[in-house]
Amino acid sequence: MSITQERTNSVIGQRMLRREDPALLTGEAKFTNDLAIPGALHLAVLRSPYAHARIKSIDVADARTMPGVVAIYTGKDLHSTWAAPMPCAWPVTPDMKNPAHFPLALDKVCYVGDGVAAVLATSETASRDALDAIDVIYEPLQAVTDLEVALSDKTIIHEAIGTNKSYTWNLKVEGTEGAVDAAFKSAAYTVSERYVQQRLLPMAMEPRAVAAVPQPFGGDITLYSATQVPHILKVMTAITLGIPEHQVRVVAPSVGGGFGSKLDVYAEELLCVALARKHGAPVRWVEERSENTQATIHGRGQIQFVELAADKNGKLTAVRVRLIGDMGAYLQLVTPGVPLLGAFLYAGVYDLPLAYDFSCTSVFTTMTPTDAYRGAGRPEATYAIEVAMDALARKMKVDPYELRKRNYIKKEQFPYTAFSGLTYDSGDHLAAAEKAMSHADYTNLRKKQATQNVAGARKRLGIGMTSYFEMCGLAPSRVLASLNYGAGGWESATVRVLPTSKVQVVTGTSPHGQGHETSWAMIAAEKLGIPPEDVDVLHSDTAIAPLGLDTYGSRSLAVGGVAIAGACDKVIDKARLIAAHQLECAAEDLEFAQGTFTVKGSPDKAVPIAAIAFAAFTAHNLPDGVEPNLEAQYTHDPKNFSWPFGTHICIVEVDTETGKVDVLKYIAVDDCGNQINPLIVEGQVHGGVVQGLAQALYEEAVYDEDGNLKTSNLAEYLVPAACDVPPITTDFTVTPSPTNQLGVKGIGEAGTIGSASTVMNAVIDALTGLGVTTLDMPASPNNVWKAIQAAQGGK
Amino acid sequence: MIPAAFDYKRAGSAEEAIALIGQYGDEAKFLAGGHSLIPLMKLRLAQPTVLVDIGRVKDLSYVKDAGNHIAIGALTRHMDVEKSPVLLQHVPLLAHAAGHVGDAQVRHRGTIGGSIAHADPASDLPATTLALGATYVVQGPKGKRSIAAKDFFKGFLESALAADEMLVEIQVPKMNGAKWSFQKFNRRAQDWAIVGVAAWRNNGTSGVGLVNMGSTPILAAAVSSALSGGASIADAAALAADDAEPQGDLNASVEYRTHLAKVLVRRALEEASK
Repeated sequence: MSITQERTNSVIGQRMLRREDPALLTGEAKFTNDLAIPGALHLAVLRSPYAHARIKSIDVADARTMPGVVAIYTGKDLHSTWAAPMPCAWPVTPDMKNPAHFPLALDKVCYVGDGVAAVLATSETASRDALDAIDVIYEPLQAVTDLEVALSDKTIIHEAIGTNKSYTWNLKVEGTEGAVDAAFKSAAYTVSERYVQQRLLPMAMEPRAVAAVPQPFGGDITLYSATQVPHILKVMTAITLGIPEHQVRVVAPSVGGGFGSKLDVYAEELLCVALARKHGAPVRWVEERSENTQATIHGRGQIQFVELAADKNGKLTAVRVRLIGDMGAYLQLVTPGVPLLGAFLYAGVYDLPLAYDFSCTSVFTTMTPTDAYRGAGRPEATYAIEVAMDALARKMKVDPYELRKRNYIKKEQFPYTAFSGLTYDSGDHLAAAEKAMSHADYTNLRKKQATQNVAGARKRLGIGMTSYFEMCGLAPSRVLASLNYGAGGWESATVRVLPTSKVQVVTGTSPHGQGHETSWAMIAAEKLGIPPEDVDVLHSDTAIAPLGLDTYGSRSLAVGGVAIAGACDKVIDKARLIAAHQLECAAEDLEFAQGTFTVKGSPDKAVPIAAIAFAAFTAHNLPDGVEPNLEAQYTHDPKNFSWPFGTHICIVEVDTETGKVDVLKYIAVDDCGNQINPLIVEGQVHGGVVQGLAQALYEEAVYDEDGNLKTSNLAEYLVPAACDVPPITTDFTVTPSPTNQLGVKGIGEAGTIGSASTVMNAVIDALTGLGVTTLDMPASPNNVWKAIQAAQGGK
Repeated sequence: MIPAAFDYKRAGSAEEAIALIGQYGDEAKFLAGGHSLIPLMKLRLAQPTVLVDIGRVKDLSYVKDAGNHIAIGALTRHMDVEKSPVLLQHVPLLAHAAGHVGDAQVRHRGTIGGSIAHADPASDLPATTLALGATYVVQGPKGKRSIAAKDFFKGFLESALAADEMLVEIQVPKMNGAKWSFQKFNRRAQDWAIVGVAAWRNNGTSGVGLVNMGSTPILAAAVSSALSGGASIADAAALAADDAEPQGDLNASVEYRTHLAKVLVRRALEEASK
């Protein structure tokens, strides 16, 4: 049965309100720092004020005598505690350099915020007060904050590896040898662009928080953490601390957003566990916001050199990309893999011959480590190809939409095997683009622009677009193996029909704002033919949901949701055997619809799944060979990535006197395949678009040359608020994925992937008549004004 | 985000507050709405050992018509300044500017006196009251004295207030139908101005205050004097930064801030001439 085709009594596709929201909106939801843990000691971490320095001495004598202080540890004190350094799960090349990284620095600090000492005290206040009394003598060294300077190895950050270069990763695909060079040589048009993906602070609404609680009379420990990845954290905690894995339980209570920043294993998690075991007492830690800007990973951080070759019609003939990736001071969980997640997408949604040359070199700097941030590599790639496409259109003097139409992979080419060998599952780029263009009234808008953007106009109109592909649904395990990733990409689900026919769904995904409880209940309700209210969703506790690979990379629905559908199928298969036994017919003679098994052709001979659940529970009369209880576990390993796509359009007005950009309208037409809950889909698009728009216009982690983060609070780091965000028109096309039974693709990152380039293309488009052809993000008023001044000859 | 330890005293009257400040000396600070002081304390950039809470001194929250001027109690919250019918009628520029301070939560807690006494050049109300030729009434152990706004701001976060004095009233001349404009330029609605301009014009006289164009709120005297000498708006606005000493920061270079001041003063004068 395909539930996407037969929508009788359908739950899927309804705009259901999120069941999570009442608790969240009334403040009843319990986050990690809300948990009452009697007798807990409080951890505070002394952080380096220097970007790069040798630790000469640490004097904790005064601090140790302060009221409430229980103990103070330095990196050296705890060194023997660690069974392994902090984990990096993605050694992208065999020769990748990965300097040992411990929860507290040993003899050197490598970024402002690097942990130097840990205080345990009886109150949070006492723990923070004691930090000021610790006396550390540093020998400051040269900070390294410029990626190209880092590459020069003038100042080596990690002496043990002797270079700042972590790795170079290449993806060169040529139909015939020399195809890329030949294409550039014979091209009618080429563009060569340099873009900077500025560092961003992920800025989840809830900063990180941790509590480690040792269990009495045994070796085991429960770790509560504001994490996206309780399952990965459990394995890594066991490995880094040498604790038997079965004695570690990880719980992610309500988690207030992550955007990738909680897809990691952090020093404070390991410190809390280590010190809780050492002291035999619970240890908790909560991050201050300014601490969050330094101690939680940053996103983006790339310099991109992008070259396109095209024939006389603008048809792309080759793409060449050189990246420098900013790893920050150390490699965190998936840091080195982030550029690889974009490596396949620098040809965007376009039909490219076998002429692709990608190379990324990643370097260490003396700044906070980077890692996956919403989109992780894919917004960067989409930005590069889409801003470069506009540059090509300008060079050719053709409309940017027309240029894209000449290059789109056509509907009839799907499933499309790309230059990379990856197969794009399904798509219709032209349909999505046409829909977006119709919302924008594109032709008339261009006319209006021509009228408005006359010489001397104070306000100039700009129109920008992006057509994107998102590679998501991470991921087919065998593909991850080929990328040298340290784990698989499957997801697990258990569906359990209780004696009274209520249902528990146990998922290995770990929601932190996505509304999984609502959506997963809808999937099970649809499959089993029961009301969604009868389904409870259990998650984010490794004791309750032992199998899972958690939530990131727009994977939860396309992998975890499909696993739930698969587990429901197994439950239905088992129930069918019991139903056949009760109705005294062959299993093949039964059809299942709306929660009831009916003998084909005899509608009066029927039994509801509710009755079967009770029969399975009592086990009084089961067919031979059928085990009691109605429960099934299913692990889904996707055959392919899923490939959501769409076209976004942004319309801006730029004040040429002040450089201020006003976004008048934003249109997002996305295609994420079938939608489980359109309300949640739209919310994901809104949030995603705002995060990309924020990169384009507002956000930037700014370091000074000494390696100090200048944007270390929310007055300096400009996260847009609701009133700073334009109206967003959301619309959709629906092209189901053929690679999973729900026909779903994923929507968590699409908005972010499509939006930064859309906004920047609009801003540059507005200024084209003034001679501005390139502009770095963020397009702040000062930067836009400066670009206009420069283009106008500095007057 | 945990302030250093401090003692807390609550004053029931201005006299009591001044006596408490006198008793504890330099280490004590008045606490009004707390929207400037508490963030500094949380970052431990300010570590007063005693806070004297004047938030419950009820008789300092008022807006009164006093003939030629409007008298505003120092503890009047921004929201009450914004919505005051008396101010909307007689000093609409100030009411409008108060509506642009921070966000709604800030405006419901922060006070006009707190904002002016804090003397932050990036705040909207010090520059606006400066442009309006306000007088500040301060009270100390020996009684009250009046300080003209143009003599009040001494340096970055420094004012003419003595350590044992408290700002109790802001007296703002009635605008008598003057046309006005308030230009606040920022990247997010809730932020401090990158540059702000409060301007009014009336029968050849004018006042122009600049937000965030130096270490103090700035009176753009050169602009007003050019206007009264018959200069065009464009020519007068070109002098906007003459009295300023802008600093560069993450949002604006010195050059850009200077340029912005000229553009915004011109726009303000244009609006105040319609």
